[in-house]
Amino acid sequence: MGIWDLLFAPFAETEAVRNALIACLAVSLGSAPLGVFLVLRRMSLAGDVMTHTLLPGVAVAYLVIGASPAMMLVGGLASGVVAALLSVVAARTTLIREDAGLAAVYLIFLAVGVLILADQGEPEELLHVLFGNALEIDRATLIAIVGIVTVTLPVLALMFRPLVIESFDPAFLAAVGGGAVVHGVFMVLVMVNLVAGAAALGTLMTVGLMILPAIAARFWAASIGRIVATATVIALASSVIGLLLAHHGQLPPGPAIVLIAGLIFVASMLTGPQGGLLHRLRALPHLEG
Amino acid sequence: MAEIRVQNLTLGYHRHPAVHHLSGAFVSGSLTAVIGPNGVGKSTLLKGIAGALKPLEGGLDLGQLKRHDIGFLPQQAHVDTDFPIGVLDTVCMGLWPRVGLFGGIGVDKLKQARAALTMVGLEGFEERPIGSLSRGQFQRVLFARLSVQQASVVLLDEPFTALDERTQRDLEKVIEQWHRDGRTVIAVVHDIAQVRRFFPDTLILAREVIAWGPTAETASDENLSRARMAAEAWDDDALVCARDAAA
Repeated sequence: MGIWDLLFAPFAETEAVRNALIACLAVSLGSAPLGVFLVLRRMSLAGDVMTHTLLPGVAVAYLVIGASPAMMLVGGLASGVVAALLSVVAARTTLIREDAGLAAVYLIFLAVGVLILADQGEPEELLHVLFGNALEIDRATLIAIVGIVTVTLPVLALMFRPLVIESFDPAFLAAVGGGAVVHGVFMVLVMVNLVAGAAALGTLMTVGLMILPAIAARFWAASIGRIVATATVIALASSVIGLLLAHHGQLPPGPAIVLIAGLIFVASMLTGPQGGLLHRLRALPHLEG
Repeated sequence: MAEIRVQNLTLGYHRHPAVHHLSGAFVSGSLTAVIGPNGVGKSTLLKGIAGALKPLEGGLDLGQLKRHDIGFLPQQAHVDTDFPIGVLDTVCMGLWPRVGLFGGIGVDKLKQARAALTMVGLEGFEERPIGSLSRGQFQRVLFARLSVQQASVVLLDEPFTALDERTQRDLEKVIEQWHRDGRTVIAVVHDIAQVRRFFPDTLILAREVIAWGPTAETASDENLSRARMAAEAWDDDALVCARDAAA
């Protein structure tokens, strides 16, 4: 098998693989920067929690319009955004902290979702929601995913400054004003991108593409701009390599992509210059001042 | 001007006042020390002025002041010192109220930030990650950020705690500069010698005003011992404040 067959033919010759590639690259561009901020805000696990809040909306949409990618997007967006805003309001207006607010909201949403589906037996189509299948993305879903990312990136660029301040010193931004808006917009962006990712990779795997590159990037860069750039490159690379792996190995694409991101994380943790394991073990003589 | 008036102001938590029936004014351009034992409402007062705490009762008149005109340095900054950000960028956060989403941070603004770093004695620290700073150096960075913010009112909650003498003196010079620039500065402090030496005005709190005015008149040993006598009271069965009931 030549280089062409190995690296390019799958995308050039099969439309489904090409669509999957476009979807995963788009999801990478939106998710990786958001993941960096989630990790910096010590909310690495929040993505996981947030995907659970999609269930009630997805369940209702499933009952109304049947199993389809639109079910994922429309239903998930609706309940996810409501849940994200509820958790922000709970954390900012009452005594509880953000993690507690998120936990409370997701548990309620999960229970509601399970109740709605209780009479439906075990709809196998819903397994697609959980594990996704990037190779079955239709054109409408692809446009929706790319559209979400197209809106996300300018918004993120615009709010970059206040988001850095809010993540570093929330009290400062609260004192000068604007903290609540930044917090709310950020959580909605995370939610919306999780939905976009879930449409391609499934709810469980999309979190991997958001968080793993962000954590891995920390080992390579020391400033936020560079961490974001590094995380984005890692996410893009994971998508391409993962899809190729899935194609050649007849594997499901979602887990393949996340596994590649995971391998890059492990390699970064071992060899990265910013606090990686090998660099910590190497004893260099100390400097004068 | 930027005068801050309080009228029968009561601040506290869960209906229990931390400080109550406070009346008076911080004159524009004044430099005031707020002193008193722990738990008598000093920090609470600053939080109230900063807008971080809603008054339980009474009035707080900030005149023409907007929220971003008030710079607030809390007792403990809840910042993550592992955060991947440098000293100069942290100082530039003080520009946020002026530059907003779209404003550029050009040569002149960067110059202001560098000048502020020089003023707090951290020249050459621009690119250092904040995680590498000592407690005192970090406090200097926060002072530089406050400086760049150009707030007309500066609230400092125990800014000198856990700092060595040299750092204290350096930061005093920064406050002096703010004072000369006409900013209103209100600082919670505990060192009575420093209060007498450095602060023209003093507010002695013990859950209510013990004395408020020029330091020479207010910071008497008698007033201070009166303040010390005040109990740190949190009575679960407290009745509704009689002064409120009478009003």
